[in-house]
Amino acid sequence: MGKLLQPGQAGTIESNDIIVTVAPAAEDGIVIELTSPVIKQYGNRIREVIADTLVSLGVTQAFVQANDKGALDCTIRARVQTAVARALQEGGI
Amino acid sequence: MFAPGNNPGKLQNAGVYGADSVIFDLEDAVAITEKDAARHLVYNAIKSINYPCEVAVRINHIQTPFGRDDLRVVLPAKPDLIRLPKAESAEEIRMIDEIISQAELDNGFEPGSIKIGAAIETAIGLRQAYEIATASKRMTFLAIGGEDFVADLKTSRSKEGRELFVPRSELLLAARAAGIQAIDSVFSDVNDEEGFIEEALMIKGLGFDGKSVINPRQVRLVHKVFEPTEKEIAQAKRILAAYQEALDKKSGVIALDGKMIDGPIVTRAERVLAYAAALKR
Amino acid sequence: MINTAGRVIPDTITGIAKVKPYAGPFAFVPEGRLVGPKIRASKPKSEKLLKSIEQAIDASGLQDGMTISFHHHFRNGDYVLNLVVEAIARKGIKGLTLAPSSLNDINDKIIPFIEQGVIRAIETSGGRGKLGKLMTSGKLDKPVIIRSHGGRARAIECGDLHIDVAFLGAPCCDTYGNINGINGKSACGSMGYAMVDAAYADKVIALTDNLVAHPLHTISIPQTHVDFIVELESIGDPKGIASGALRISRDPRELLIAEYATGVIEYSGYFKDGYSLQLGSGGASLAAAKFIKEKMLAQKITASFGVGGVTAPFVEMLDQGLINTLFDTQDFDIPSIESIKNNPRHQEMSASFYANPHNGGAIVNNLDVVILSATEVDVNFNVNVITDSNGTIMGASGGHCDTAAGAKLAIVVAPLLRGRLPMVLDRVNTIVTPGETVDVIVTERGVAINPLRKDLIANLSGAGLPLMSIEDLKQIAYDLAGAPDPIPVSDEVVGVVEYRDGTIIDVIRKPL
Repeated sequence: MGKLLQPGQAGTIESNDIIVTVAPAAEDGIVIELTSPVIKQYGNRIREVIADTLVSLGVTQAFVQANDKGALDCTIRARVQTAVARALQEGGI
Repeated sequence: MFAPGNNPGKLQNAGVYGADSVIFDLEDAVAITEKDAARHLVYNAIKSINYPCEVAVRINHIQTPFGRDDLRVVLPAKPDLIRLPKAESAEEIRMIDEIISQAELDNGFEPGSIKIGAAIETAIGLRQAYEIATASKRMTFLAIGGEDFVADLKTSRSKEGRELFVPRSELLLAARAAGIQAIDSVFSDVNDEEGFIEEALMIKGLGFDGKSVINPRQVRLVHKVFEPTEKEIAQAKRILAAYQEALDKKSGVIALDGKMIDGPIVTRAERVLAYAAALKR
Repeated sequence: MINTAGRVIPDTITGIAKVKPYAGPFAFVPEGRLVGPKIRASKPKSEKLLKSIEQAIDASGLQDGMTISFHHHFRNGDYVLNLVVEAIARKGIKGLTLAPSSLNDINDKIIPFIEQGVIRAIETSGGRGKLGKLMTSGKLDKPVIIRSHGGRARAIECGDLHIDVAFLGAPCCDTYGNINGINGKSACGSMGYAMVDAAYADKVIALTDNLVAHPLHTISIPQTHVDFIVELESIGDPKGIASGALRISRDPRELLIAEYATGVIEYSGYFKDGYSLQLGSGGASLAAAKFIKEKMLAQKITASFGVGGVTAPFVEMLDQGLINTLFDTQDFDIPSIESIKNNPRHQEMSASFYANPHNGGAIVNNLDVVILSATEVDVNFNVNVITDSNGTIMGASGGHCDTAAGAKLAIVVAPLLRGRLPMVLDRVNTIVTPGETVDVIVTERGVAINPLRKDLIANLSGAGLPLMSIEDLKQIAYDLAGAPDPIPVSDEVVGVVEYRDGTIIDVIRKPL
């Protein structure tokens, strides 16, 4: 438990949303690549929410690409949950 | 007011427009490929955001692959009400009731705190309206789904709504017999304000308690239609005052302006004042 | 030093002779006299028409280090500023101060000339796009000076801003230099900003694509102010100068904001026959115009005057007799241009008449109600309209602080969140309008009244509005979006925000 075997993606490019792609990673830990128009004000928070959500789902090894368009924490959490669920559907942990 | 469950922007702003209830839609508004994403969005929105009104979720029908997953994901967020589309039998309501009861237990929610509302959208459903309305103590309203109903009747919607006259009346009768509310259907032409008001006035006259809307602008219109006028409020106060006076004096017959005031008139007066109070922001 | 708005202002700033810190909206008492242009002599039968911009630059005597000005009445349809700066560059003139009434996206084209040193300082109302970013970058020789419309007029008239050469786009110009803005393919309506430059610049060059026989009979800028004329094929793009009638917003949030703003006006105590009104040109303002109109019709209220920035909804109210007269410093759309041309009750006014705090009394002093927008507001009711949440210049001071100071009721409208960013903060990045002049902040989630206004608090309590403290409003935003991290800024001052009286209300520091 802890690492994905397939990538999964959720979200759209609409404002207030975030596209989250969660993919398998070679090493332990969570690596997040983030673009966001509010990266200065919320960059830290967005990373924190993504990481916390992954950990709460039991994922401790992943590479995440996040393309944010001003999503609130609840939306970020939802997109991470869906991306992981889709990744699990494809191949499993 | 309906808000599509797969739209983060609309979910986060849904509480701003003064609707008495927001309905987060997992059904018609959401493409099949996004059903999974929508229920996550709705769950997280309900958990994190403080909505100033009732929060309802329209799940997919319990007999679709999605309905049960919707309930599984969304119930832990404690929505106020689950709305079932295309209800056709009391059994469907009982199934949902059971699932909700289990979720209330698992999550430590007060038993019975999550309600159910059902939309009648077919002739079969209408035939079972009373049974559906009484299938569970959680049942709070019957709603009529206009577009789908009309399709089921194999006709089209007209401005005067002749084709929905009997279904609306029957639904209202069933709701009243069961002691629950009756909610009218959505009006899809967002730009036709006049037509909307006409329809709202008509269903108010029939006795409906409210109307579902799909656009924030329509919220205001419903409230305007259902808002008692100054005259009506004044009259209601007079009626209740006369009734109270009669009670105090223990007199047998109550009259105001030469007319008898009996139970139904008092109830109606109370209803007018209740509406007026509810509309005061 | 710390000014009374709570902002740290350096004791010395490059390009500012004496740093006067803001001390309150009416604290500073000016001394001295107004200045004037160099005395000109002109002879009969003199020929003002020149063959090219290059000739005009020669004739103006423009030299390195001088100050040039332009108006922004053509907005993003303006060709004049870019053409003139390019021609100046080709002549090898350098080190100029650029002092237009404002800058727009279309002026991004002059960035290469700034980088080449043709322009080394900027004084204006605001900047956008890449030029705004450049203005925030510190690459100029001195900090950018941001002035409001009233403040710019004040500065020009007292000599704080000395204009050597004003290059004025003239939609209609006769052969001896009489100008108006209402005729021709590049018509823009009022020439309010240009009027001040024309009266005070040492040399005035009119650039026109509509040269007519002398004399013009509707004159906004008289021949006595104009030295030379250049005829061009086109001074602007009509589509960029004036839009067709702007559509009223359908955005439900903007409509809700407009509704609340209208409610504030209605119950404020100022909404009675003979009141006066100014509206912005943003979506919520235009929607508010519609709601206010309905209330005025229902309650049989006529406004004694309106002030603008004029748009079609305002003109409609004028036409319907709901407003007696309009004072107009700028027209945004075709219906407004037609109106100022044809309706004697629609009056042109200069930026000085509009908003200058140091004259016998600008029209903002008579204003009852104004609706303004904002990029940010804070819990002290301070308003930012010049920088965005990243501290980059992307807006304009405009008439914001002028109208807020003058009007009896200043309402600022904004959505509570823009994207994820709260618009109500603990502290705005840049103060343009001080909180003591801002009375009400209206968002779609709540309305906050300045605690200083006990009269408004009393009047609005029964109005059915979602009233709350500004702290509560901020908390709603922070609960939704999370508290934003402050953006890191350096110590380097790249911009100075002058209050309308010439004191310094804030500085813009370079974001890291």
